[in-house]
Amino acid sequence: MTQSRMDTRPDESEVTLPALGPLGMLRWAWRQLTSMRTALFLLLLLAIGAVPGSIWPQRNIDAGRVADYLASHRSAGPWLDRLGFFDVYSSPWFASIYLLLFVSLVGCVVPRSKLHWRAMRAQPPAAPSRLERLPEHGQLEVDAAPEEVFQIARDVLAGRQFLGGHWLGRHSSWGRGWRLRSEGLSLSAESGFLRESGNLVFHTSLIVVIVGVAVGHLFGWRGDRIVVTGQSFSNTISGYDTFDPGPWVNTQGLSPFIVAVDKLDVTFEEHSIGAQRGAPRDFTAYTSTQTSPSAPQIHQILKVNGPLTFGGTSVFLLGNGYAPVITVRDGAGRVLMHEATPFLPQDANYKSVGAIKVSAASPKQLGFFGLFLPSEYLDQSAGPSSFFPDLKNPALALGVYEGELYPQGRPQSVYTLDTQNMTQLKGADGQPLRLLLKPGQTIALPGGRGSITFDAVQRWAGLSMRYDPGKLLALFGAVAALAGLIASLMIRRRRVFVSVRPTGARTVVSVGGLAKGEDPGLAATVHDLLSAIAQRSATQGSDTKA
Amino acid sequence: MTNQTLAQYANLAVYSAMAVFTLAMIAFALDLASSVPRVSLAVPETQKKPVRVGADSGVDVLASPAPRDDPDRPRRRQAAGIAMMLTRLGGVLLIAAVAMRGLSVHRPPLGNMFEFALVGAMFVVVAFVAISLRRDVRWLGLFVVGPVLLTLGLAITVFYTDASELLPSLKSFWLVIHVTVATIAVALFTIAFSVTILHLVKTWLERQDPASMSRIRTIVNTALPPARSLDRTAYGIHAVAFPLWTFTLIAGAIWAEQAWGHYWNWDPKEVWTFVIWVVYAAYLHARATTGWSPRAANYLALAGYGAILVNYMVVNVYFVGQHSYSGM
Repeated sequence: MTQSRMDTRPDESEVTLPALGPLGMLRWAWRQLTSMRTALFLLLLLAIGAVPGSIWPQRNIDAGRVADYLASHRSAGPWLDRLGFFDVYSSPWFASIYLLLFVSLVGCVVPRSKLHWRAMRAQPPAAPSRLERLPEHGQLEVDAAPEEVFQIARDVLAGRQFLGGHWLGRHSSWGRGWRLRSEGLSLSAESGFLRESGNLVFHTSLIVVIVGVAVGHLFGWRGDRIVVTGQSFSNTISGYDTFDPGPWVNTQGLSPFIVAVDKLDVTFEEHSIGAQRGAPRDFTAYTSTQTSPSAPQIHQILKVNGPLTFGGTSVFLLGNGYAPVITVRDGAGRVLMHEATPFLPQDANYKSVGAIKVSAASPKQLGFFGLFLPSEYLDQSAGPSSFFPDLKNPALALGVYEGELYPQGRPQSVYTLDTQNMTQLKGADGQPLRLLLKPGQTIALPGGRGSITFDAVQRWAGLSMRYDPGKLLALFGAVAALAGLIASLMIRRRRVFVSVRPTGARTVVSVGGLAKGEDPGLAATVHDLLSAIAQRSATQGSDTKA
Repeated sequence: MTNQTLAQYANLAVYSAMAVFTLAMIAFALDLASSVPRVSLAVPETQKKPVRVGADSGVDVLASPAPRDDPDRPRRRQAAGIAMMLTRLGGVLLIAAVAMRGLSVHRPPLGNMFEFALVGAMFVVVAFVAISLRRDVRWLGLFVVGPVLLTLGLAITVFYTDASELLPSLKSFWLVIHVTVATIAVALFTIAFSVTILHLVKTWLERQDPASMSRIRTIVNTALPPARSLDRTAYGIHAVAFPLWTFTLIAGAIWAEQAWGHYWNWDPKEVWTFVIWVVYAAYLHARATTGWSPRAANYLALAGYGAILVNYMVVNVYFVGQHSYSGM
């Protein structure tokens, strides 16, 4: 049964294992790795291996949630961390699965390409002597002479047009590229080579996708920056809040564009009363951009789903929030700080956390830490909260610390205070001092430390800059893979054999069909071929008589 | 602004469709039950022959068709005819429901779990009716209308979300391309899943001695096409659904690049879409390998559908990710 094995590689179970030398062992290992069975096993392993990354929080997506998880799962957390469950897609075990699969893929595609190349150039096999043994078979008797019928069969399979015959339209599919071989009065035809071509294109394209992903990983970078309305961002390393370059990125060669956020329009669902209330509806940033500091300014709209592009770099609007404008004065009324400080939203109603660091305060530096609430209300258990994401009742709820803001110059988040070398200010009642400020309000700090004023609220846009030189290659690979996949699933590889022999004054035409794998259309192919030969023999017969 | 009255009419159409599908389901069940004539069971053992021939025919795939197609004793399948008509009517009601839901919110109704379920159920029915135009799949009706009814029931109760506008990240023409093709693929995978289950049942029944089968098993055995044919049908539907799922994956990646700036970020939904793709790819590979029996390969197809259910029911609701559009 060679036909049933056309699909696959030789059965490894037949291989007996005599004493193998090191080379033999290598060859054996290679054969095992590139076998379909191993590929299947690796595919399933890949599917299973990908799952933990959807269950446990991942560092590359949300490092904060990983930290929370580790803090609340003190016994299991470190073990999961050691096993790479928080970095599944960059963990050694996940990488080893896909690298093995990659090798297996290459080891499968290369020899199959060679085989296919040879098969495409080879002649179809000779017709078997007994066509009735084939999976599909049919025969009929016609009046025409054997040679004539044989030529008709050839013409039909070659897709040669027959003028004046009405079968032409119905059987135009005969021109689907049958490759013919004739010996005496028997004919072999083979079609559907594009099936294996599609199969190989599909698998090769997957390799192209992987290369595209790798190129993006090595040469691509991403960076994020919060830009308060009215401010601007220049594309240099120092301009970023976070910057994550691939290993082979030239960080000096970033294209020097500038994006200024002039205005940010934000809309939330106000009309619904159910779970949809407060759901975001539209974010639009009005920007002024320059491709370089000397280039003219253009006004562009930046939306979710509508990034800006500068050469190969795209700018996305991925977040937004509030930046209260705060003025801090010292005891003499001199302004120590006046700026818009971005606060980070924590929930769907934009309850936001942030810190205001007044390093100019003396003798001790001042730090304010707390919440910005766009629609403030006092929750009995959670304290100051927000009931809506838009500005319906904006308020700042702050605690105050004094001391050393930057102990030992350690790097720290701009949204939190490092209170290690700081003490919290207390109110007259001895309780920690809590300030609740509304826009326009000024509160004096105890002990002549000055005052804090909540001037206004501005919005900020979370811009994300991405550069991925591999994405078009990955896209090309994916589209080619899809095309190859469709070809490999839809095209059938078929062989048909025709034999013609005389019986008395008439001629018997016998047609047999053989397909690779399941082929519900094979019977129809054999039947259509027979009826085409019959019709054409009859027409030609009457033509010659006339 | 959303037109709540129209959304109410859409819900009404869903309820009507559910009523119609319930009737269709009953009719399909009656049709299956009548595949074995009641008389034949009342007669003595020696006269049971026609039934046994029918049951036997499944064992040898090359044998003559089941007795319901026996020219000597043609079975008039009025119940199946009524069931098919009801299924089409239910399909029309679902199309109307989807259209009204879409018009009520001025957008394609693909923005939350209720809408996915509704559109998915519609595509299942449309695909089933389309297949039924080309071949006789009346035996499959019960196993298509049943899941559709279940889906609609869950959609209108558990997943129900008020008609409303979309989140900013969903406002893109890729929503129509990506989600529509995804729902069509899931619809086809659902039908293929039903056929695969039936294939496993039929394979199991074909191994049993038809003479000692209980009445219910005899009915199922007679009503279903031969296992080989079921297997072929299941494979054919999977072979159409898989490229559609591949397209879903690619379109999703392109859209993700537009909306979030990265075409692949291992978001839970992306992970599960990938897992589904890999499992069905393994199924197709297993089918192409001689070492695997169709039955073993079909277990992979079932695992793939299990992953689809997880992707829809678990990931949307419980996992934190960027695809959190369940509206719940």
